Amino acid sequence: MTDTATLWTVIISLGIGSFLLRFTFLGFVGDRPLPEWLLRHLRYTAVAILPALVAPLVVYSGEGGSTDITRVGAAIVTLVVGMWTRNVFAAIGAGAAALFLLIYVL
Amino acid sequence: MPITTTKSAFWAGVRDGAPFIFVAGPFAMLFGVLATEAGLNVFEVMTFSLAVIAGAAQFTALQVMENDAPTVVAILSALAVNLRVAMYSAALTPYLGRAPLWQRVFAAYLLVDQSYALSHAKFEATPELTVPQRMAYYFGTCLLVMIFWFGMSYLGAALGTQLPADLPLDFALPIAFLSMVAPMVRTLPHLIAATVSVIVGLLAVAVPYSLGLIIAGAAGMMAGAQAELWLKGRAP
Repeated sequence: MTDTATLWTVIISLGIGSFLLRFTFLGFVGDRPLPEWLLRHLRYTAVAILPALVAPLVVYSGEGGSTDITRVGAAIVTLVVGMWTRNVFAAIGAGAAALFLLIYVL
Repeated sequence: MPITTTKSAFWAGVRDGAPFIFVAGPFAMLFGVLATEAGLNVFEVMTFSLAVIAGAAQFTALQVMENDAPTVVAILSALAVNLRVAMYSAALTPYLGRAPLWQRVFAAYLLVDQSYALSHAKFEATPELTVPQRMAYYFGTCLLVMIFWFGMSYLGAALGTQLPADLPLDFALPIAFLSMVAPMVRTLPHLIAATVSVIVGLLAVAVPYSLGLIIAGAAGMMAGAQAELWLKGRAP
């Protein structure tokens, strides 16, 4: 469990940091163009960070860092349905349904 | 209906933004539930949602804190996930950069996936809009989404403690992340970035202070950017 001081440090820093990320260009830069190499890297931030965050949660999902097959199955279903339908809710629904089904069956 | 006044621009934004309550609402509620499960009280959940307004970044901070990582890593990881809003800010600047500073301060605070996507598409399609009309449209797209964002965060936080204990909530977060990221994988460079991110993320899982996440994120970004360059170079 996270203690209160840590939590508030995170909330306040993230609040300020997120605002600065959003304000940087609108506020400080004005309408000067950005270097293309920077934009090219920024395009991939979300698809580069989120998978790295999720992968260990899926692979080491069982007791004491083992692999829980119900979690792996649900993850695969979520990913396949999400890429296929491009619909966040179809993916969540399918993933949750797969998880309940696998827990029930196995 | 063509936009002729600042007021009609605002309401056009409200109309176009309305469907997105079905995206923002459930994520806000899930955040409320999971944050409550992690031990946050209603006041902490609401401050978090009000201060940050970024689902993926909030989920990331929650998860990294649960891993007992150092505070600075939790902050950096969440900000890294949120880097895309800097790109949105850059993309909107040619259209909104000449608005008064106080309006740009509010616009920056409210900059999320939905307000960016709708406004950028609108400004590109209708270049005759004036700067005040653009701002009005932009704030219009935010109105309902923000009401639902805060309202559903509260509902999730209030419900969180009352959910049955045997729900497999441990895996709600991975499913939420996967469902957010899967539709973003639109091109081959996106797929390469995500794949490199997974491989490096798994290899670097033992790196202390959860720094593996930052390393994997940097590797994924560079892989995506390089793949894009190669593909462009090979195109006729």
